[in-house]
Amino acid sequence: MEDNKEKVGSDAILSLANNLRWDLGVNLHDTVIESIYEDASRIARKAVNKEGDPATYSLEQRIDQLVTSRWLGFPLMFLLLALVFWLTVAGANVPSGLLADLLVDTFHPMLKNAASSLGAPWWLSGVLIDGAYLSMAWVISVMLPPMAIFFPLFTLLEDLGYLPRVAFNMDSLFRKAGAHGKQALTLSMGFGCNAAGVIAARVIDSPRERLIAIITNNFSLCNGRWPTQILIASIFIGGAAPSYLAGVISAGAVVGIAVLGIGFSLAVSWGLSQTVLKGEASAFSLELPPYRPPRIWQALYTSLIDRTVFVLWRAVVFAIPAGIVIWVVANIEINSLSLAGHFIHWANPFALIFGLNGVILLAYIIAIPANEIVIPTVLMLTVVSAGMSGVGEGTGVMFELESVQDTAGILQAGGWTLLTGINLMLFSLLHNPCSTTIYTIYKETKSLKWTAVATFLPIVLGFAVCFFVTQFWRLLAG
Amino acid sequence: MMLSIQPAFALTTGLLVLLFLGLLFWPQKGLFAIWSVGKVNTQRVLLEDALKFLFDSEYKGIPIRLNGFAGYLHISTDKATRLVESLRAMGLVQSKEDLLKLTDAGRSYALRIIRVHRIWERYLADETGVANKEWHGKADLQEHRMSLEAADMLAAQIGNPVFDPHGDPIPSSRGELPAFTGKPLSALKEGELARIVHIEDEPGAIYAQILALGLYPGMQIYIMDVSDDRIQFAANGEECVLTPLFASNITVESLAEREPLKEKFAPLSTLRLGESAEIKGISPSCRGQQRRRLMDLGVVPGALIRAAFASATGDPVAYQVMGATVAIRKSQADLIFIKPVLTPN
Repeated sequence: MEDNKEKVGSDAILSLANNLRWDLGVNLHDTVIESIYEDASRIARKAVNKEGDPATYSLEQRIDQLVTSRWLGFPLMFLLLALVFWLTVAGANVPSGLLADLLVDTFHPMLKNAASSLGAPWWLSGVLIDGAYLSMAWVISVMLPPMAIFFPLFTLLEDLGYLPRVAFNMDSLFRKAGAHGKQALTLSMGFGCNAAGVIAARVIDSPRERLIAIITNNFSLCNGRWPTQILIASIFIGGAAPSYLAGVISAGAVVGIAVLGIGFSLAVSWGLSQTVLKGEASAFSLELPPYRPPRIWQALYTSLIDRTVFVLWRAVVFAIPAGIVIWVVANIEINSLSLAGHFIHWANPFALIFGLNGVILLAYIIAIPANEIVIPTVLMLTVVSAGMSGVGEGTGVMFELESVQDTAGILQAGGWTLLTGINLMLFSLLHNPCSTTIYTIYKETKSLKWTAVATFLPIVLGFAVCFFVTQFWRLLAG
Repeated sequence: MMLSIQPAFALTTGLLVLLFLGLLFWPQKGLFAIWSVGKVNTQRVLLEDALKFLFDSEYKGIPIRLNGFAGYLHISTDKATRLVESLRAMGLVQSKEDLLKLTDAGRSYALRIIRVHRIWERYLADETGVANKEWHGKADLQEHRMSLEAADMLAAQIGNPVFDPHGDPIPSSRGELPAFTGKPLSALKEGELARIVHIEDEPGAIYAQILALGLYPGMQIYIMDVSDDRIQFAANGEECVLTPLFASNITVESLAEREPLKEKFAPLSTLRLGESAEIKGISPSCRGQQRRRLMDLGVVPGALIRAAFASATGDPVAYQVMGATVAIRKSQADLIFIKPVLTPN
């Protein structure tokens, strides 16, 4: 009874308080906040004495005017980014080769020998060494060096204060696509690694623009896909051109694919911001911090530990089970045909409509942990399904060949044409992100829905683009 | 084997599939969008809309007859009669001759709908990126779908707002609403100072034009001249002219004697590079996250701001405020009011 009375009393007070709020007017909240800020800034202006250093200040201004100038802003940006990519590609070759020598060419046979001398059954050493170990070794040797070069360089540019100016210059382009200027940064980061690009989208604090940046990051041609593009372009596109132009044309084709990716990124950003993401909250803000000398050791540490090792670890975790699956589908036979063979036969008619083939589809499914192992998987599957002998390392063992000619020979024997090559290049750009990136997207968005959109949207686009390219090609070629 | 399919046939099929998907999923006009709108029970929607209309008229002291009722709901008089019949059978409405009146039960039902509607509008305005022209339409759908409990939870999350973004009071969860004090702008006389409390969002065409003038609830206005066919007034230092018809769609609240804002504030976007200004305020049409973000960056009344340099394309522009350099897009800079100051060289 007593309780009840109290309840009634408090209800009456609450209701009175609520009714009084109506008298305070519409803008009470803002007025209070604004007056607090106003007071604070007035007090600060009175109490704080600024000891300016006009020299550095004007120098900074001059740099800002230079890097954001109408004529020099964009060329400077392209030069710097091109330099970063060139250093990454050129610098990664040697350590990648060394790692591959060590992990793939030396350790792998050693482990195989050790296993056979211990009397391990063929299937056990196959699953563990040819499957799990080899796929992990491959991912490490191809992924680690470019990341260990790209991320520190990128972090240095970030630390220097230059990257926010890139976002500042690129904002008008991205604004038209309904996105944030900082997406230029996540997009560039995506060229190094999509998972890292997705994480980098944290710098965008507006929910809608951040989701757009995350979902479209996959359209940045990542490190793991460049070698595929270069190899296929030099075999099929360079091969179709006169020999003195082959290099230029195939390089142009790869750059064209990357630019096409940027185009898709902008177009999809626009589409998303106009449709499914229309209602998400959006708030633009971009701070331009002062320039400062980069803290080199700190940049090295954060980029190596937070980005490189972090991404590599996730990739390795996914690569091990995938390696096992790759070995198993090539080795387990039903009715004297491997599982891979069954799938390839079954998928071939379907894949041909899109100008691809069953091998490519299967490779993209089982090589989901890393785009780096797509080509080795494609080669292995082609050899297995075409029943070639004398090439490769054995059934279910991924391999790569030293010479481009030999690789071309295998692919052409597998029925590949110029059209297949072009479609593979397109499909390599437009397919689901690797499992590391998918997992990272889920971690970042905490939403199955957006993870699914980011996963399936590019693959649907990829099939559509390959379909129309193929059918137009056939129409024109007769 | 598959090569037997003609490419022309395949292309046509592909295009048809694209067309079909477009037809299904086109935003707002696609079948999927139409289906999800049509899912709500239309009979209940009509009934609830009727209660809402009756309540609104009662609140503003306008008597309702059957004819006006049918006209407002865009239904025939026959249908309106049947609707009133069923409302009366449910004990929600009383009628005397052709004058309609809500019962207590009907009033509380209407208040529930209005509460959901206004909370949802406030939510859209503050927490999402939905454009202001779409708030009303979306809330009109949501009010029939959302339960009162869900609306209460949402209200608690966004700080129990008491006004919707148009300036209308939100009924409390106990069904209370403050007495109506406003009058139409068209009723004001020369020299009067008032504050806009509500802009009627129907009809949409008039609402859009009022918005285009930059008027918003909470804005102070000062009546400069009234004649039969036009009302001239100063809003935020800017001169506006409206016809009485348009002005009657704006509800205002008279203010006590106070110096009106005579100064005209320029938007930040007009500040030239290298010049400085004092920030006077942020337009209330910049709401929610965007507003908080600007304040976090130091864009608050009284702060000094200097246009430092433009990006390579000219938009955004970098401004120095409170010792930091921040980039602000032109669309945002249009919503920040400044008073230019002379820069000491």
